[in-house]
Amino acid sequence: MNTRVTIAGVEWKNPVTTCSGTFGSGMEYGEFVDLNRLGAVTTKGVASVPWEGNPTPRIAEVSGGMMNAVGLQNPGVDVYIRRDIPFLRQFDTNIIINVCGHSEEEYFDCVEKLADQPVDMLEINISCPNVKAGGLSFGQDPKGVERITAGIKKRAKRPVIMKLTPNVTDITSIAKAAEAGGADAVSLINTLTAMKIDVHRRCFALANHTGGLSGPAVKPIAVRMVYQAAHAVRIPVIGMGGIMNAEDAIEFMMAGATAVAVGTANFSNPAVITEIIDGMEQFMRDNHVEDIRELIGCV
Amino acid sequence: MEDAGKTMLRASVVSQEALAQDVFSMWIQAEEIAAKARPGQFLSVYTKDPTRLLPRPISICEIDRERGRLRMVYRTVGAGTREFSGYREGDEIRVLGPLGNGYDTDNTKKAFIIGGGIGIPPMLGLAENLQCEKEIVLGYRDVLFLKEEFEPYGTVTVATEDGSYGTHGNVLDAIREHGLDADVIYACGPAPMLRAVKAYAAQRQIECWISLEERMACGIGACLACVCKTGEMDEHSHVKNKRICKDGPVFNAREVEL
Repeated sequence: MNTRVTIAGVEWKNPVTTCSGTFGSGMEYGEFVDLNRLGAVTTKGVASVPWEGNPTPRIAEVSGGMMNAVGLQNPGVDVYIRRDIPFLRQFDTNIIINVCGHSEEEYFDCVEKLADQPVDMLEINISCPNVKAGGLSFGQDPKGVERITAGIKKRAKRPVIMKLTPNVTDITSIAKAAEAGGADAVSLINTLTAMKIDVHRRCFALANHTGGLSGPAVKPIAVRMVYQAAHAVRIPVIGMGGIMNAEDAIEFMMAGATAVAVGTANFSNPAVITEIIDGMEQFMRDNHVEDIRELIGCV
Repeated sequence: MEDAGKTMLRASVVSQEALAQDVFSMWIQAEEIAAKARPGQFLSVYTKDPTRLLPRPISICEIDRERGRLRMVYRTVGAGTREFSGYREGDEIRVLGPLGNGYDTDNTKKAFIIGGGIGIPPMLGLAENLQCEKEIVLGYRDVLFLKEEFEPYGTVTVATEDGSYGTHGNVLDAIREHGLDADVIYACGPAPMLRAVKAYAAQRQIECWISLEERMACGIGACLACVCKTGEMDEHSHVKNKRICKDGPVFNAREVEL
């Protein structure tokens, strides 16, 4: 039985990674799961310099989901190079560093600092609602996506995954723009912009007023967008959005994802990601699937 | 303090009782967690409803190591905690813990133990474990709970917001009214109370340990949802934020900004 997949020349032992921002750099979750079992660990987003993030409350629960407005708090890439990357190097798993920035220059600066680091891939977050360029999120404008992707590809020495926002009218034009800019893969979906109001206190549930919705509530939208993106581009798609169990992960692969990422579910059960990997293998045995790649886009 | 490790397990409910309107006391059987737990630490408690994804952080009220039990005294504030309040003896409950740093109980100086509202429960376990002389001050909105259980551990002074019992006002009004004094403060309660206690400690130049709460997601220090502001740059975050779930919930009042 084969669970290996290859993305942009990088082999994963199984097609499962973590959603950026839900797993830190694995240090805390390493107490609950064997990080060696993951196809890859995708780190929380890191920028060229430390970011303070947003005021609290940064989190709110809604039915079937949660909203966050952490605001990409991070210690800066120098700390990752000194602490987080060496930590992850101890494990037999791929390392994907998620990169964020306020401007093109900040993204480029961070990517340049990571160029010669012993990591396997970079994931570029061009889909955080807080990151603005000319009044639009980088990830909402196809021209902007193509330009920033090309700029990053010029500087990166590792395969580049562009992480896309679902807060767009047509996901296929954004995915195609990333491909045209030279992206090696795309990942989606990031969170959906949402709002919650506390009616008893007549105030916003989040200090930031809006936040990104994640969890099973968004999964059908994510599956649809992964399907659309996978049919629009030739590069691999990494699917995510509300995966809670192995069947959800398989669903994303059948929609066209070559690999999947588990996010919010980590909060409901810190050991969930290895349970999902086990469950996918069980699904393969139960359904006589010899090679997990048979499932990719099979519908 | 040394992190003794966290355990996720299915505990069984030993007892459940209502202490006041919306305040419940639940003992659970959880040997592995009880063996490691310290006063001031908390548990992540998971609901059985799959539409509620996040654990509820609930402070540990008492630790019974001999019998491997933990007590949580909590307020029902929403559907998740209301679900917990419906559990009965023998029911199963999924918990992760012990979480956070807890209080350092190696103190011999006379101590103020100050609790406000649903910040009172963790102070009971602390009162049991502190060997020093204790001046206990409890603040309530109106209805009292747990007061008698504090009485074996020190003198107990009460303030109520509505004046129905003890001092009419807050915990600091009670301290001033009775001329109470101590050399170190341990406090847990709502943010306005903690701000006032921090200011009081600064003015009196006494050591002060406060326990904070915030909305949490992971409960183990990974998601950075539950941060508090600090005066100095934090070693982990490299910004002036500390994680309440991991670096706290107990902080020296001087290091955090409220």
